[in-house]
Amino acid sequence: MTDIIFLIIALFTVTAALYAMLTKDRTVSVLSAGAAGLFASILFLMMAAPDVAMTEAAIGSGLTTFIFFFALRKIRSSRNG
Amino acid sequence: MVKKVFILLMIILTGLILWSFVPGYESRTALPEVSAHYVEKGPEELGAANIVTAVVVTYRGLDTLGEVTILFAASAVVGLLIHLNKNENKRRREGSEILRTGTALLFPLILLFGIYVFINGHLTPGGGFQGGAIIASAVVLQVLAYPNRKIGHGLLSVIESLSGFTYVLLGAAGVFLTVNGFLDNRILPLGEYGSLLSAGLIPVIYTLVGLKVGSELSSVVISLNGESEEEQL
Repeated sequence: MTDIIFLIIALFTVTAALYAMLTKDRTVSVLSAGAAGLFASILFLMMAAPDVAMTEAAIGSGLTTFIFFFALRKIRSSRNG
Repeated sequence: MVKKVFILLMIILTGLILWSFVPGYESRTALPEVSAHYVEKGPEELGAANIVTAVVVTYRGLDTLGEVTILFAASAVVGLLIHLNKNENKRRREGSEILRTGTALLFPLILLFGIYVFINGHLTPGGGFQGGAIIASAVVLQVLAYPNRKIGHGLLSVIESLSGFTYVLLGAAGVFLTVNGFLDNRILPLGEYGSLLSAGLIPVIYTLVGLKVGSELSSVVISLNGESEEEQL
């Protein structure tokens, strides 16, 4: 049973990562990269590595997403101005 | 067309390199010698209930110092590249009512949780890096809700430099005060196994690392949020 849940989440991770790569919309791309990080952190938790899972959740899917958005806004406003 | 062929070739070559690991792979049934030592002797030698922390802060303390240095370099480069304009007058739209109310409620709680995570690093999962990242995410919330509010860089850099400096000093103190040398945690008594004030220097070092990482990541976020000089032209 755990194996099946594990596989499903792993599949979600790969799908989110691929979607982040293939989509044309930057916002959606950043968001799905964050989602991939979140699923990966669940995988780490299931592999009994809570320390890594916390880091991945806080940095990989939390902070990185926001830093991407801040950077995107900077790029946009320097292009317009 | 040529570009696509090259990309495909790259992918195939990388796959070939990685494939060489696949045949002959056997999952380990026992821990390698060094890991076995950490797991068996760690609690007794260092008194930390969380073995990961014992490895990260003491056994592999030099690596952690390296990571902290890399983070410092990254945040310094962000500060260098993005010059903040002191007398900006463009006002950004504030966050919505919901965001502002939510921030007022959640900001202190997230901050406290971050502090809890790094102080209890030697007992429960988590530690300086995780706690620092949680603190920085509280700052992100604050920045999103009030984009125009100035948050002092001065205080952040003082906290950052002081905690980094103290970390190195404590590490160097180990060379003189203990047998094992740099970054040994047994300067302070190990205390009762599993209590908050135990495992010697580990809680102190993790508090310093937490403060350092938290202030570094926060200053990265604050720099990125501020208007740079180019934007105003």
